[in-house]
Amino acid sequence: MNVHVEPAKRGDQTGGVIKIAILAVGGQGGGVVTAWLIDLAEANGYYAQSTSVPGVAQRTGATVYYVEMVPEGERAPILSLMPSPGDVDIVLAAELMEAGRAIQRGFVTPGRTTLIASSHRTYAVSEKAAPGLGILDREPVLEAAEQASLRFLAADLDTLAIKNGSVISSSLFGALAGSEALPFPRGAFEDTIRRSGKGVAASLAAFAAGHDAVRTAESAPAETAPTAAADEAVSGPEALRSAYAALLARADALPEGAAAMARRGLQKVVDFQDVAYGADYLDRVEAFAAHEITAGREGASLTEAAAKAIANAMAYDDVIRVADLKVRASRMARVKREVGAGEAELLNVTEYMHPRGEEVCGMLPARLGAAIEKRRWAFDLVDAAVNRGRRIRTDRLRGFLPLYLVSAMRPVRRRLLRHRIEVAHLEDWLATAHRLAPTNYDLAVEVLRCRRLVKGYSDTHARGLSKFDRVLSALPLLEGRPDGADWLRRLREAALVDEAGTQLDGALKTVATLDAPSVPAG
Amino acid sequence: MAERSFAKEVEQLKIGAGEEFRGEGILAITKALLQCGVSYVGGYQGAPISHLMDVLADAEEIMSDLGVHLEASASEAAACATLAASVHYPVRGAVAWKSTVGTNVASDALANLASGGVKGGALIIVGEDYGEGSSIMQERSHSFAMKSQVWLIDPRPNLETIVKSVEDGFALSEATNTPVMLEVRIRSCHVHGRFIAKDNQRPRMTMAEAVENPQRDTARIVLPPASFMHEQEKVRARWPKAVEFVKARKLNEFFGPAEGKVGIICQGGMFNGVVRALQRLGLADLYGRSDVPIYCLNVTYPLIKDEIVDFCAGKDAVLVVEEGQPEHIEQAIGDMLYKSGGTVKLEGKGILPMAGEYTGTVMLNGFTDFLRTYAPELLPPQERSPNAPDARIELPDLAGKVPMRPPGFCTGCPERPIFAAMKLVEKELGEHHIAADIGCHLFSSMPPFNLGATTMGYGLGPASASAFNVKAKKRPISVMGDGGFWHNGLSSSVGNAVFNQQDGVILVVDNYYSAATGGQDILSSRADNKSRSTKHPITEAVRGVGVGWVRQIDRTYDVGKMRDTLTEALTTDETGPKVIVASSECMLNRQRREKPLAAKAIKDGKRLVKPRFGVDEDVCTGDHACIRLSGCPSLSVKRLDDPLRDDPVAAIDSSCVGCGNCGEVAEAAVLCPSFYQADIVHNPRRLETRFARWRGGVIAWLQRRRDARRLVFAR
Repeated sequence: MNVHVEPAKRGDQTGGVIKIAILAVGGQGGGVVTAWLIDLAEANGYYAQSTSVPGVAQRTGATVYYVEMVPEGERAPILSLMPSPGDVDIVLAAELMEAGRAIQRGFVTPGRTTLIASSHRTYAVSEKAAPGLGILDREPVLEAAEQASLRFLAADLDTLAIKNGSVISSSLFGALAGSEALPFPRGAFEDTIRRSGKGVAASLAAFAAGHDAVRTAESAPAETAPTAAADEAVSGPEALRSAYAALLARADALPEGAAAMARRGLQKVVDFQDVAYGADYLDRVEAFAAHEITAGREGASLTEAAAKAIANAMAYDDVIRVADLKVRASRMARVKREVGAGEAELLNVTEYMHPRGEEVCGMLPARLGAAIEKRRWAFDLVDAAVNRGRRIRTDRLRGFLPLYLVSAMRPVRRRLLRHRIEVAHLEDWLATAHRLAPTNYDLAVEVLRCRRLVKGYSDTHARGLSKFDRVLSALPLLEGRPDGADWLRRLREAALVDEAGTQLDGALKTVATLDAPSVPAG
Repeated sequence: MAERSFAKEVEQLKIGAGEEFRGEGILAITKALLQCGVSYVGGYQGAPISHLMDVLADAEEIMSDLGVHLEASASEAAACATLAASVHYPVRGAVAWKSTVGTNVASDALANLASGGVKGGALIIVGEDYGEGSSIMQERSHSFAMKSQVWLIDPRPNLETIVKSVEDGFALSEATNTPVMLEVRIRSCHVHGRFIAKDNQRPRMTMAEAVENPQRDTARIVLPPASFMHEQEKVRARWPKAVEFVKARKLNEFFGPAEGKVGIICQGGMFNGVVRALQRLGLADLYGRSDVPIYCLNVTYPLIKDEIVDFCAGKDAVLVVEEGQPEHIEQAIGDMLYKSGGTVKLEGKGILPMAGEYTGTVMLNGFTDFLRTYAPELLPPQERSPNAPDARIELPDLAGKVPMRPPGFCTGCPERPIFAAMKLVEKELGEHHIAADIGCHLFSSMPPFNLGATTMGYGLGPASASAFNVKAKKRPISVMGDGGFWHNGLSSSVGNAVFNQQDGVILVVDNYYSAATGGQDILSSRADNKSRSTKHPITEAVRGVGVGWVRQIDRTYDVGKMRDTLTEALTTDETGPKVIVASSECMLNRQRREKPLAAKAIKDGKRLVKPRFGVDEDVCTGDHACIRLSGCPSLSVKRLDDPLRDDPVAAIDSSCVGCGNCGEVAEAAVLCPSFYQADIVHNPRRLETRFARWRGGVIAWLQRRRDARRLVFAR
């Protein structure tokens, strides 16, 4: 049968429609931006439609809002209720990784989509919970954002909003205005905010900050990586300062590449104990520097690893150190700054502490402490007396003085049980590294780096120590292997993935089944 | 008090004929109900219907001025049973709930209501929670309409059509003595649009008039022999009347040319998606004028055989666009076409996926495939030859480089410490079988807590642990929220446990609201509610049904007490269910309530203490054990500018509400001494300030004294 078929219309018929997707983390106010967009469009002669999927996903999860707008016409247009991959003009991402998610979902199209993102990070639970460094790299997302979009505009809109006493919806709206991706002047955006009627002044300030931010910086500022260059101003008695200066000179004499780390390490251990302790530290680091000459390697990575690991090991976290850190003037100033307490306000600071018998024994002279720990009944007695949660008000003398007195024990620290235990552990571990250094330099470096596994307090500390021991237990299998260092590094990384050490167990099993080093084929 | 207030928006409900309404779908539905002269409304919250319930609650005054009664139903079953008022009385009533979960709960009442039929218009508004953002199992309300034989309206997703569908729904219900379901998808509920309003109508009969003039008719009661008569009536009388009504009123719509080689049959709710795909293929313009004939089913049950057979006549192929499975509509159309000797090729599931949301991409690909097979001349040239090289640029693969971000407990949530305590108990007593329920507390099944094995329905957590009621060395734990408790839990879970002498532990999480659905009040809410009766303690209810071992915890943030109570419940010699009611107010709602009051108090110069928590970065070793027992959004990590430190340390940002969980957990789990609580005292008293100055002076002197004798580094 003959059916009249009209020729196909040419191309996409929604060219006049502006399609905007807003990706946010639940609670960030994506709904506010959406409502503002509708108001802005309708006030400026556009027909606008918005949709969202409220519900339980909005509780801190990733959410998407969607807006379409088109100039008012003869009748109501038929618009889509959800964004489609490859068919979005503007993407607003209220967090950097949400920009990544928009790209993953195909909402960002090269040559078409203006991608406006806040460059700040709100870490996901998976990133925060890893015992080690679980934070995902921002570079791949930044790179993809540049490649996938027509324009990529990023700024830390969250910080700008907070600085102006507002929330990110305002600065994000400002960034959108600044991008000029919508056919409305800045004043129209501001009128919308004024009409909303709530916290207008702060919203407008944050709006202006967001507006200007995307117009000045066209790309996201790189995160500042930790650097060795430090502010090294030091004050104190002249005698101590000159002794410290002499130590700094020793640190500077270390092989290039290790000196900067040693300067930081030196500062840490002197701050922990005293100048003499700093000398001990340098003795230990210099002993590793001696290997560099025979190894003839560039970069002195053994000395650098030693400078770092020994400093961390020597500045262990005992009760004296915690008390010392808590009662410093600099610490009180930092707390005041962090919580934003003004001059007219008072600040009450409560410390949450839970000392156990172990901590008390560690604070006793080595022999006495060891004697108590050996006798169950005695230890239980001590533990029963102290083991409970304590809240200590350090802004009051009643709380400040006990901590001040505990920290005053610093001069006698070398005679205490905890110090003996730490030194024994340290010497044992360093001896292993020294033994390996002449024959397997890289493996020795990795052994030193394993110190990273020991951290935390009480149970966490014990778990860290056990991971440290388990990782190093593989040494006999790895010593003879040319790839031994690689394996030890892998074991260490596995140990940092999960708390229980499940990954580490798996990795250890793999190591146990390694064959003898294979002869290179050829 | 609900999470979101519509107090400002409901003012639009008062507008009269000819005025333009602009707003969200749920508001439009409410306005439509008032325009229809409804006598009573009810329902139970749950996305996407939560906001409809909030609108109704905020509009209660406007409704009572019109003589409309509002019932905040205790469950969907209660809501559906409310419609019984329309069985004998000519009153229009509407109820709403989240579907399909709510329809599951309501099924008992729904089947009875549908069997006897109604005299007054009975409308059920179901919010279809399907696809992206859905929190429930992916099923269809369509099946319920079929099995109970209630009519199903699935309007095009624009406010004008939705409002008209409410009107049509009541008329259809009355014309056929059958309840009608109006299905609105999650995005339609929240779509912002516009329509021209009509005047609100006072009910033809108010509920007071009805109850003062009792009526009954045994033929409407579901009892034999009437029940057998009802079945016959459904197919012989009500069905033909419905078909006639839908045809006469032209409820289903035709778009595009009268004839064509191919055609599309779609659910009304899919219409905008269908048009968007055609627009992108250049086959429909901005206003939906299509080159392809479309038969749009605003009524998806019953189907109108004549219309379908006529539409398919003369076409080579027809594509059915039906979201969800099983493909009830496609099967029915196939049956109709086959029996009427149709020769058209019927396509649907196959070209389109059987399961999952019909997104823009799914539609575009499906239509392209369909047209390429049956009408390639309609396609733009580049789509006709599928083997053309893909011109798209290869984009970087971000798989694994963007973190998953599942929902979780909010900042300061009082449920977090409960599960932190449970983790601590797990460390001491080993893992237990944990039966979870519906509600915010189900987030415990995700990282970082990873607690909870099953979720079997609202208020059914403890019931779902019933089979573990055996002699064993470990007891099962079941969790249920206060919402679930009052919805169904008291009888199906607690009563059931008492009767069967279950030896398990039942933990009721009481956050003063039905929190997961948006903070609506329930029986045990502590708020003053001027139109509802609140403040009924859960402990009294469980004691009332015979639980002997009951513990009330009034501050869930006390992690130590929480842990000890759980341990006691798991180890006590006492038999029978052990019920722990853990109560603290939902932080989201508490902040909403207290923040403005606090801001005002500070402004007025009143003394006010604002707590916040912090972490000493020098003391924190970057192990993140605290985060693994918390997951609080405000407890995050930060990298230090220190080459000696490899791992980021914990940090608390300015969104902290000072709930105290981190400090309590650090203390109870013996984690570390890094946490501190900083109470900022706004507008302190003069004496207080003087004391603080004096203390500060002594402390500063001690600090200076020490600093003078040692090296002090600037950083």
